[in-house]
Amino acid sequence: MALGLLGRKLGMTQIFSESGEAIPVTVVECGPCIVTQVKTQDKDGYNAIQVGFGNVSEKALTQPELGHLKKHEIVPLRHLQEFRLDAPPTMNVGEEVSPDLFMAGQKVDVRGLSIGKGFAGTVKRHHFGRGPKSHGSKNYRAPGSIGAGTTPGRVFPGVRMPGRMGNKQVTVLKLTVVRVDAERKFIIIKGALPGCEGNLLRITPTNLVGGK
Amino acid sequence: MHAQEIIRSIEQEFIKTDLPLINIGDNVRVNVKIVEGGKERLQAFEGTVICRRGAGISKNITVRRVFQGIGVERVFLLHSPRIESIKVTRRGSVRRAKLFYLRDRVGKATRVKEKV
Repeated sequence: MALGLLGRKLGMTQIFSESGEAIPVTVVECGPCIVTQVKTQDKDGYNAIQVGFGNVSEKALTQPELGHLKKHEIVPLRHLQEFRLDAPPTMNVGEEVSPDLFMAGQKVDVRGLSIGKGFAGTVKRHHFGRGPKSHGSKNYRAPGSIGAGTTPGRVFPGVRMPGRMGNKQVTVLKLTVVRVDAERKFIIIKGALPGCEGNLLRITPTNLVGGK
Repeated sequence: MHAQEIIRSIEQEFIKTDLPLINIGDNVRVNVKIVEGGKERLQAFEGTVICRRGAGISKNITVRRVFQGIGVERVFLLHSPRIESIKVTRRGSVRRAKLFYLRDRVGKATRVKEKV
């Protein structure tokens, strides 16, 4: 458990490595991320830092949200998220979490909402095969059998069927940070990230067992 | 700053400004840097431009040549640092944006008219 960043997905492009390879990258705006609350073991029962991101007008927030931020004279922020820490937090409220937290080459996990696909069939949602399109076939994208007959006489729970797809929290593990620009407050991560452009992302150091 | 502005400013570092104007049907000579056993050398690839795709940093061309009776096509990312230089050796005059029909032709029929 470590401190991370909140960011906004800006979009994808490609850049070239030193050896000339084209790397597909996603650019993430990561700041200003401001510490809005510090939680300690003694006071709150666990160690954590609450980070706020995304400047908005005062009108966009409720009175309790505004009050929470105004207590420490922080500008109105749209998103507040907590990062649990192992050690007692060293940062103070109102300080800014710099994108310098990450280095180029470091592995990170990125969490965000995936793009909503609406009500999707089994071919798209669960990668079922489809039936033949011709030779008298009427079975184009139908799901097929969903179970046996009289025995058991019911459909087992968890059978994959059509339904809402996407718009769910997705975590992409072990992505490589390609570049960090602390001055202009963005970081560049290799590969694709969840959601569309403008999506809120939560970037943390990777959390794989035994892996760094 | 706007999202696209930031992305373009990142791409700008890699964009080459000295690229020649390359049209479909042109004959080009592309010098590619190749690393072999720790040593870098240049390899030239000469052929007809049959396809031009993409914009900005992902702009690329497909170059086709027939080598020992076998058609060889290579796609080059124009802004890649691996491409040392590109020289247009002959301007072609064609009426298509993609010259994929050259793939079905052999011998004399693969010639492209020269632009005068």
